[in-house]
Amino acid sequence: MWSKNRLIGGTLLVVLTLLLTAGLALAQGGNYERSETLYTTGNAWSPPTDWNPITNWNYATGTTGLCYETPFLYDPLEDEMKPWLAKKGEWVTSDTYLMDLRKGIKWQDGEEFTAQDVKFTFELGKRFDGVYYSTLWKWLDEIVAIGEYSLEFRFSDPLYQQWENYLYSIAIVPKHRWKDKSQEDVLSGANKNPIGTGAYRYETHSQDRMVWVKNEDWWATDLLGREVAPKYVVDIVNRSNNVSLGMLLQGQIDWSNNFLPGVPSLVENYSNVHTYYEEKPYMLSANTAFLFLNLTKKPMDDTDFRKATGFAVDSGKIVSNVYGHIVKASNPTGLLPNWSKYVSEETVDEKGFSYDPAKAKEILDKAGYKDVNDDGFREGPDGSTIELTIIVPNGWTDWMQSIRIVRDGLNAVGINATVKFPDFGNYQDKIHAGTFDMAINNFGSSVSNSPFTFYEWLFQSPIKDRMSNGNFGRYENQEVFDLVTELNKTPTSDTEAMKETITDIQDIFLTDLPAVPLWYNGMWFQGNTSHWKNWPSGAEDTPDHMPSTWSGYWQMGGLLTLTELEPAK
Amino acid sequence: MKRYFSRKVFIYILTFFLAVTIDWLVPRFMPGNPVQNMLSRASIQSDAAEVMRGYYTKAFGLDVPLWQQYLNFWQAIFHGDLGVSVYMFPEKVTNVIFRAVPYDLALLVPSVLLSWIAGNKFGAFAARSRWLDNTILPITYLLRATPYMWLAILMAWSLGIVWGIFPISGAYSFSMQPSFSFAFLVSFLRHWFLPFASLFIVQFGGWAIGMRNMIIYELEEDYSHYLESLGAPRSLVRKYAFRNAMLPQITGLALRLGQVVAGALATEIVFSYPGIGYLLLQAINNQDYFLIQGCFLFIVIGVLLANFIIDVVYVIVDPRTRQGMEGT
Repeated sequence: MWSKNRLIGGTLLVVLTLLLTAGLALAQGGNYERSETLYTTGNAWSPPTDWNPITNWNYATGTTGLCYETPFLYDPLEDEMKPWLAKKGEWVTSDTYLMDLRKGIKWQDGEEFTAQDVKFTFELGKRFDGVYYSTLWKWLDEIVAIGEYSLEFRFSDPLYQQWENYLYSIAIVPKHRWKDKSQEDVLSGANKNPIGTGAYRYETHSQDRMVWVKNEDWWATDLLGREVAPKYVVDIVNRSNNVSLGMLLQGQIDWSNNFLPGVPSLVENYSNVHTYYEEKPYMLSANTAFLFLNLTKKPMDDTDFRKATGFAVDSGKIVSNVYGHIVKASNPTGLLPNWSKYVSEETVDEKGFSYDPAKAKEILDKAGYKDVNDDGFREGPDGSTIELTIIVPNGWTDWMQSIRIVRDGLNAVGINATVKFPDFGNYQDKIHAGTFDMAINNFGSSVSNSPFTFYEWLFQSPIKDRMSNGNFGRYENQEVFDLVTELNKTPTSDTEAMKETITDIQDIFLTDLPAVPLWYNGMWFQGNTSHWKNWPSGAEDTPDHMPSTWSGYWQMGGLLTLTELEPAK
Repeated sequence: MKRYFSRKVFIYILTFFLAVTIDWLVPRFMPGNPVQNMLSRASIQSDAAEVMRGYYTKAFGLDVPLWQQYLNFWQAIFHGDLGVSVYMFPEKVTNVIFRAVPYDLALLVPSVLLSWIAGNKFGAFAARSRWLDNTILPITYLLRATPYMWLAILMAWSLGIVWGIFPISGAYSFSMQPSFSFAFLVSFLRHWFLPFASLFIVQFGGWAIGMRNMIIYELEEDYSHYLESLGAPRSLVRKYAFRNAMLPQITGLALRLGQVVAGALATEIVFSYPGIGYLLLQAINNQDYFLIQGCFLFIVIGVLLANFIIDVVYVIVDPRTRQGMEGT
């Protein structure tokens, strides 16, 4: 019927051909010298497909930061704006902002960087609604370029805090390459072969990595005396935090921004693993994890119940048992350490809370939550049963363990709560639609130039059917909404006025406690010192930058970290 | 003959239509919304978020009623357009899939074919050797019964981490770019070996057991005994038994080949091998309707095509099919 030998031979032929074509199908060339290459990971969870700074939820690691740059940088450790593409910026009148640009900045294609590029970039938001900063134009009237290197931004209703945030988050794109782009190109274009002003150029990419190569003509070398050390930056797409851990320990990865459990023992057992602090909390703080309570449901609509929740939850136990002390318990206000100057100690002393189950029981007793039917759990003051579900996305292991501790705390004071782990889409749907009871979330509480961004998320208003950007518990209080707006309209230089407004907001927050701040999620960072040294750290005589490759964080210290690194050998 | 094939083709078209419809429908039953999922990674002001959501919902064609989306979907399929991926926005689904397919073929075609050939030979051989039957065969039973995921993790752990002989993830080294060089080929093969071997071992066990049982069964058949009683040499009897035992194995092979595109889901997840299986998992996690549809479309086409080919092959290798057709 058939010859066996022929069949085997044929198969082998097929195998070889397939292997060869598979190799060929991926053609191109080049290897990277280990001593010149920095391997990073922790930002990308999908293959790089997009180098468009406008799609800021999707672009390849480093698109903004390494390739495209922003007028300013922000240093969260010093709470300070640093001029970058801009030489300086100031409010010349209460509604006119004057920005002076540095001379001598060049695009990677050799063209000169001018005020026209800045004007063009900001005006993209005016032309296309879908651009993430388009709402800027509700309070900005016009941009006037004065000569080649100065611009005047004339505002109708300046929102100072938000403006400063834009100054270090909007990446400037080259007008000469972008002026003919259609709406579709700007909003959904991949922008292949990106040309920015930054320290790195696009080299190549594949399914599992993004490769940047040093821009030898980077302006900051001449103008600021700064030079990035690695010739190549290879950002590896995360498979899982475990794979990243293995690669970090083997020295295949130099810089990991993954959440890795058990960091304290790694630091102890591996001399080449480096963290920002040598001991706890090991990590800088990046955002605040809140327990959101759904105020549209009973009994979460009751302030006493929410306060009792605050006293019942042992966030210290989450810090030690779940995270092994790589995070810190949150201040009752939820304000991140870099905003600690805004925390009003008085208000916290008077109205704050801490883990105290006896106190929680006392509040519940007083408010009429009693166990009427002897099932071991309290019923509501009106006799209704209480059965609450706490949710976090499935697979987010640290959060999954955390809500078990929250549940235990609630059970211990007699509140019937259980945990559930829906998949991410389902979880998100529940918090947006307001069908959850309790949920942990931190998506909008990230470190920034102003507590305004934090409060804007926490007290998102107005309340709509779907709350997709914060205030998931649907806390409605016009007074605090107005205070947040007022804060936004306070000049960033007027620290005193900011403090005053923020104190008022804290007071209301702690009085009503619409959500319970639990812990400060870390800015996960693990460096490996085998190939690169001089990593940022809390110790003396070392660079002080927030070492993060996360999108939006390059401007907050990631890029400056690259200028400090030195080859280990 | 003509009637036989036209009936088959009709059934295939019907199956295709139904499978693709289900494939379109199922992702849409998932709770949540892909555009929302995608934009949740953005740090944006809430009023801007509203506008952006509107824009991207429209861009993905999700702003029209469901029946309209369904019609648009069929129309697009016939234009070879599978839409834009959410997970790998703004890449086209067809590009994403075509890039992943070579990895699947490189992994599955050799593992399926080689394990089939080796498994059948070994099974037939083991059937007449008591010694092999008592030693190696139980091991293949064990391998066959081991949950694949566990076996793969065990291999990755022992050969990859403990002894460090093979890398445990990816399709080639991170310090390399794909090129047609010797170094790259070596790196590719080293990364290829573990996933390949894990697939090979498991399938080998299955084929060997199947073949061994079939041979023993065939040797007990009347025709074998009759042949023997006629004084035919043992090798001739075995040859006939082997031919008959082959038939179910061919069907099995066809089904395996049909799954060639997505048959290595677990392998690709354990070894982070960038084929369709890995892609499909990511697509589901990211609620990427279009990529899920695209992956399944390929799987459906693969299975149907393999079945069709086997229908043809059967006509050639099994005379009874031919006679049956002539009879109708």
